[in-house]
Amino acid sequence: MTDTRQPAVLVTRLQKSFGETPVLDNVDLTIAEGTIFALLGPNGAGKTTIVRILSTLIPADSGDVQVAGHDVGDDPDGVRASIGVTGQFSAVDELLTGRENLQLMADLNHLGRAAGRARVDELLVRFDLVDAAGRPVSTYSGGMRRRLDLAMTLIGSPRVVFLDEPTTGLDPRSRRQMWDDIRKLAASGVTILLTTQYLDEADELADRIAVLDRGRIVAEGTSDELKRQIPGGHVRLRFTDPPALRAAAALFDGAAPDDERLVLRVPGNGDVASLRLLLARLDDAGIAVDELSIHSPDLDDVFFAVTGQPTLEQEAA
Amino acid sequence: MSTLAYTVSDSTTMLRRNLRRLQRYPSMTLLLVGMPIVFLLLFVYVFGGQLSHGLDTADAGGHIGRAGYLNYVTPGILLVTVAAAVQGTAIVVAMDMTGGIIDRFRTMAIARSAVLTGHVLASLIQSLLGIVIVLGVALALGFRPDAGVLDWLAAIGLLTLFAFALIWLATALGLAAKSVETASNTPMFLTLLPFLGSGFVVLATMPAGLRQFAEYQPFTPATETLRGLLTGTPIGNNAIIAVAWCVGIALASYLWSVRLYTTRRSA
Repeated sequence: MTDTRQPAVLVTRLQKSFGETPVLDNVDLTIAEGTIFALLGPNGAGKTTIVRILSTLIPADSGDVQVAGHDVGDDPDGVRASIGVTGQFSAVDELLTGRENLQLMADLNHLGRAAGRARVDELLVRFDLVDAAGRPVSTYSGGMRRRLDLAMTLIGSPRVVFLDEPTTGLDPRSRRQMWDDIRKLAASGVTILLTTQYLDEADELADRIAVLDRGRIVAEGTSDELKRQIPGGHVRLRFTDPPALRAAAALFDGAAPDDERLVLRVPGNGDVASLRLLLARLDDAGIAVDELSIHSPDLDDVFFAVTGQPTLEQEAA
Repeated sequence: MSTLAYTVSDSTTMLRRNLRRLQRYPSMTLLLVGMPIVFLLLFVYVFGGQLSHGLDTADAGGHIGRAGYLNYVTPGILLVTVAAAVQGTAIVVAMDMTGGIIDRFRTMAIARSAVLTGHVLASLIQSLLGIVIVLGVALALGFRPDAGVLDWLAAIGLLTLFAFALIWLATALGLAAKSVETASNTPMFLTLLPFLGSGFVVLATMPAGLRQFAEYQPFTPATETLRGLLTGTPIGNNAIIAVAWCVGIALASYLWSVRLYTTRRSA
């Protein structure tokens, strides 16, 4: 990166343990202003802990953490005045209406009467909450609640926004809508750090991605850079019985058999010529293939390559 | 704006939020105000006829029989009203602390004290409202105080101070509770304490150990002072003891609350 401006978030050698259990181990992060940065990792990797330290909720054990030019330890109020946080758990007042929740945030941001009301109206329109504005939040759907949550975060026009698993638990349509909102927010010049356990989400939104595994950053780069770290795609073959799988595994160099699912991953980019060759070899050996699919490299492969573990999505697949 | 102006403005915002929440959740307020009213009716109409036999007319502000017992018991019932109302404080504080919104407040550049101040002021308003309602019921039933203007002001002042102290205590209990359920249980002992004092029966009728406890617990001097102000019974040094208790409880609970608020991290 040749950006000469001060980064929006600068974390060096961050350490954190809860009791005896180390949670973060020497984490370094640099997030350039106006970009979307994704922290990708499975549950328990330490994503939320990083967000809680960056947003002044819990102190770091050691390391240097600067947000928008303020040190979280020395100047927490400076940090708080520059950030907006939308946590994993909804941070809205259930008993108030959507408008009252936003008005509460406007008042706490000292926006003043007229400016506050104007900002509330603007955000109600922007997040498609005008019709629901007068209803108590307890009647809102999950997606509406999340949008209100984000709108409340944005009232004070923060320069840096932390989104902790912003789409977890949302239905696919609300998820798409949240992605659109996040993109629009980034387009307006706000720096965004989002955590996610969904690879497609990081791939879709982030300028840069850091893969977090058990408190350590195991890979970092753009989505393309990360994909380049693995050799290429693979062809997935499924068999009906273990002998067929073993016979096929013996045919190809570098093939990875999965005995449990009777699946064989054969490295290759899946072009027509190589596929024809692959099928011919299977035919010659008299091995019947139950199912064939071609995989271009995605972040699942990256995660597998850098951590040696499948992600939750792959396990579920 | 100065820091002080921000503190006042943020606290006012939080107060407004909490009053609005009370308005949206009226069943809790009704339940908490209903309890002392039920006690009042129970003690005056069920037990009052019998209990009034143990009272001197001097204890009962010059009245006799059931009317005398109503005069005797009303100051105690007013303190029960406060003790009941602060259960609501512990519940709403715990609701806030276990919900997601407290983390939002903590990550905003707002006055540190505003969250707690907002709760305390809203609860104070709620408690005083409860006192007015219960006092209204007592008057309707025939409670006849002979207090002058200054006595009334002093009585209101004592009730406010007493409520303020118990609200800070309930705030600390709400902050210390791990769940809303716990928070709704821990302040329960506060509604029991008035019964172990001079609120309902004359202390001289109690067995020795209990009597000593009753004499030295905070509800007794507060009851005696309030009874004296409203119905003219002797107050003695109870007023000073009651005020000292209130100040002590308020200060200790305030410090405890602030400590819990700054150190406790929600899960």
